[in-house]
Amino acid sequence: MSVLIDKFDVFAGGFWLTLQICVLAAIGALILGAVMAVLRISPVPPLRAVGTAYVTVFRNMPLTVVMFFAAFGLPALGSNADFLRIPVLDSLFTRLGTDLPYFRFALLALVLYTAAFVCEALRSGVNAVPPGQAEAARSLGLTFGQNLRHVVLPQSWKASVVPLGSVIIAMIKNSALIGFFGVVGDLSQTADQLTSAEGYAFIPVAVGISIGYLIMTVPLGALLDRLEKRQAVAR
Amino acid sequence: MSQQTSVLYDVPGPRQRRITLIGSIVATVLLAVGAYFLIYRPLDDKGQFSMELWGPLVDPSHENFSQVWDRIGFGLKNTLTAAVLAIVASLVVGTLLGLLRIQLKSLTRRRFTGLATPLAYLLRGLSGTLSAVTRVCVEVFRGLPVVLTIFFVARGFPEFGISFDSLWYLVIGLTVYNSVVIAEILRSGMEGLPGGQAEAAAAIGLSPAQTTRMILLPQAFRIMLPALISQLVVVLKDTSLGFIISYEETLNIGKQLIGVLDNPIQVYVVIAALFILFNYSLSKLAQYVQRRLSRGRKSAGTSAPQPPATALVSQAEGGGGGGGN
Repeated sequence: MSVLIDKFDVFAGGFWLTLQICVLAAIGALILGAVMAVLRISPVPPLRAVGTAYVTVFRNMPLTVVMFFAAFGLPALGSNADFLRIPVLDSLFTRLGTDLPYFRFALLALVLYTAAFVCEALRSGVNAVPPGQAEAARSLGLTFGQNLRHVVLPQSWKASVVPLGSVIIAMIKNSALIGFFGVVGDLSQTADQLTSAEGYAFIPVAVGISIGYLIMTVPLGALLDRLEKRQAVAR
Repeated sequence: MSQQTSVLYDVPGPRQRRITLIGSIVATVLLAVGAYFLIYRPLDDKGQFSMELWGPLVDPSHENFSQVWDRIGFGLKNTLTAAVLAIVASLVVGTLLGLLRIQLKSLTRRRFTGLATPLAYLLRGLSGTLSAVTRVCVEVFRGLPVVLTIFFVARGFPEFGISFDSLWYLVIGLTVYNSVVIAEILRSGMEGLPGGQAEAAAAIGLSPAQTTRMILLPQAFRIMLPALISQLVVVLKDTSLGFIISYEETLNIGKQLIGVLDNPIQVYVVIAALFILFNYSLSKLAQYVQRRLSRGRKSAGTSAPQPPATALVSQAEGGGGGGGN
């Protein structure tokens, strides 16, 4: 068990890196997912088709395949995902700006994959609003924008929060995959590094890594549980 | 989709239809131009559409075609084997675990009157502890990424001098995670049933075990069938994690092919298409089952208990981990 104390900084570093990529990927996926949800509920058929195609493709593909595309397909096209070196962000999250592109590839894959589920969560929220609400708003003379802002979105938001949270939890767990795609120093790669390269006993390292992930997932899950129960009462 | 539009928009009149038509044309043109400049041009510049790269995958007269597809077929067979084994194992283990949790929960509520006081306290303490232990196990394994469970199984078992084929590591890793999820699905299904079901069963003299086996479990399975099928999609997706422990599933075969043919994009496109085909048909099946079930339920006069959130959540997990709740 001494490895947990001796190498505490390694575990903490891995936790920090995993947290970084999770925060970045969550922001990216929320933005892209919102855009896709808008496309999917837009009145213009071709845009709707694009949204539907995006969701179908990324929801039915394993994240592993998306990761492979990003980590091996993009270099084949001669891209290093340099467009992710966003000026202010990369001074905050130093890994974004490093020369090794794997962090950016992993981030890209996570964002693309998670956005499909974010889109579905948001869309199912809008669908959960009873049609009568929007109809009543229209008959009161509210414009489309007012209708969305004052009637539909506040209600759909309530229905979306819990699924969105579950998507984010799933994303945190999915982020364990990045260690196997060349990102050095995240929690899952730390496990590999400590056991196979530095020869520490396996069980304590596994315990440490597990605690790292559980710290992120279990409280979020408990929070969602409470939200869900409160909503059930409110309804 | 038609239902979707009716929530936000009225049925379009002639003017609105004209606007929509113009909008559609403009959007199509913009999308086509965008696709040409952002996707087709860069790919073409790098020569990604050349027959040299695609040939072994799509051209039956190519010298390597049959060999390549033999390998992909082998990989697919391995993927499906692992998926089927993991699904069966996690269904069995998950059902048992779900039953155990339900039984323990009802045991903790029992007061064991009629027994000697110390014995009653002992039994209550025991059932309480067991219930807590299973609860903690469920939370822990649900909160861990499935990548790590597979990795831990593959690394941890040899530490104890137990070693299998990599297939079994993959199956065990997937089972550990998915059985916990299935147990939770079934448990929430059983707890969501109307209380009258269990009460009626007790009234006609069924024992608690019989009640669970003959009344609660079949109904829970039925209600949760869509969620269970979506969980199968997740398992199928997660078998792709076998590459971590160098199990020869589709993706790993793809990697080997790329090593020889040096055409990553083409191989991944084909593999992605295969996965999408399988999973899409499975999720269509889930939707179909859900429609059938909700139709069958209407006659009973109750609205169908819908597990849409669960279905959505479990879908999100594919390829690495699971949702919280």
